[in-house]
Amino acid sequence: MKAVILFHSTNHAIWAENELKESKILCKMISVPRHLSSDCGYCVQIDADDGEKASSILNAKNIEFDNIENYEGE
Amino acid sequence: MLKDKIKSGVIYLDNAATSFPKPECVIDAVVNYMTQIGANPGRSGHKLSIEAGQIVFKVRESIAALFKIKNPMNVIFTSNATEALNIAIKGIMQEGDHVITTSMEHNSTIRPLHELEKEALISLAIVQADRNGIIDPKKIKEAITVRTKSVVVNHASNVLGCIQPIREIGKICKENGVIFIVDCAQSAGVVPIDINRDNIGILAFAGHKGLYGPTGTGGMVIADDFDHKKIKPLKYGGTGSLSDKIEQPDFLPDRFESGTLNVAGLSGLLAGSQYIQKKPGGIKGIYLHKNELQKYFIKQAEMQIPGFTCYSSSNLPSVGVIAFRLNNISVSDVAQILSDKYEIMCRQGLHCSPLAHQTIGTFPEGTLRFGFGIFNTKEEIDTAVHALKSISEGN
Repeated sequence: MKAVILFHSTNHAIWAENELKESKILCKMISVPRHLSSDCGYCVQIDADDGEKASSILNAKNIEFDNIENYEGE
Repeated sequence: MLKDKIKSGVIYLDNAATSFPKPECVIDAVVNYMTQIGANPGRSGHKLSIEAGQIVFKVRESIAALFKIKNPMNVIFTSNATEALNIAIKGIMQEGDHVITTSMEHNSTIRPLHELEKEALISLAIVQADRNGIIDPKKIKEAITVRTKSVVVNHASNVLGCIQPIREIGKICKENGVIFIVDCAQSAGVVPIDINRDNIGILAFAGHKGLYGPTGTGGMVIADDFDHKKIKPLKYGGTGSLSDKIEQPDFLPDRFESGTLNVAGLSGLLAGSQYIQKKPGGIKGIYLHKNELQKYFIKQAEMQIPGFTCYSSSNLPSVGVIAFRLNNISVSDVAQILSDKYEIMCRQGLHCSPLAHQTIGTFPEGTLRFGFGIFNTKEEIDTAVHALKSISEGN
């Protein structure tokens, strides 16, 4: 099962991806799914099981994010 | 090699306006973006857009490290230091505010402040520097009133090269609850700056001078503990975020970064910023190099050139910028001969700083200005001294 972390800003999405990769969390930047957000840019896709861990890493680094939603993708 | 990038024989001493030549890595980074990436950062979800976004994020990190701030999102990119100063000044001041600035400011600071004063929105106090261009922090303290909102200071003079005691001024600002805005156009990349220890609220930097990026780059850095919502944006528009709303986002950096960024320029700025920070000796080494060249030039010129008058002190710390004149010869004539006959590039006139020239008694004629860069050598200075000597002797 996959999930996506949504951000207010693509600047934060990139920062988050870098930090998550550094913490060895498998992640990938993907286009923001239209039904989940109005933003033009990208979000970070992770394994849904890593959601809690990713959330705590981002909070520890003060990287603001909107929410984490389950999303399998295409 | 680097020198091949510069026309053979040219001696470039106008680094205070724009540094040149740029390190090879800066040119390569711009070419790489323009030929291999090219996309808009933060707007689309494709790979190239993400790569462009990565570049922008890396510059933020590099600039954050340079000024010792924790949150890279507090680095806002603008087209130059002037735009950053306009955002800070026009975005913070409100009707009835009192602002303190100095007699050493560049027009990038004094013009927006003067405009607000003309509109009767603010009152302005200009603290006078001494003949060496140095501001006494006690004078700033004495000028503070109950209405003082902000103190705006040029860290290093673009005319004299002298460096203001910003840590002390910043401490006074902090103790009095006043926002300290610092123009680091000349000092960024030359003088180590720690935004927290120097008690700075907001600083403005140029990307194309001491950071060795391309023209059209610069930015505003907001201290980690500063409430950025106190600053009203100058520009409103597309940010790629909250696209369903017509309100401007209030978070950083989007609040101040409407419209597509200059990613080609920022690619070069990233390379330039990394280059100077990784250089052996780092920023401190660059500072020492420029001070050595400054002292060497003044010493040689005073020994060899008849009628040489120097306005920059060789006893004060400097960013490698020197104002001088040759007695009885117009500064524009000297600069023209240096360019045409000797291939030496420098700047003459008032350097967009009428108040600074009034302070040192060189208004309205102005001075000649040499601005040394990281690639300048003592041999180049010898050539320049020889040329000035010939001009002064009428040869």
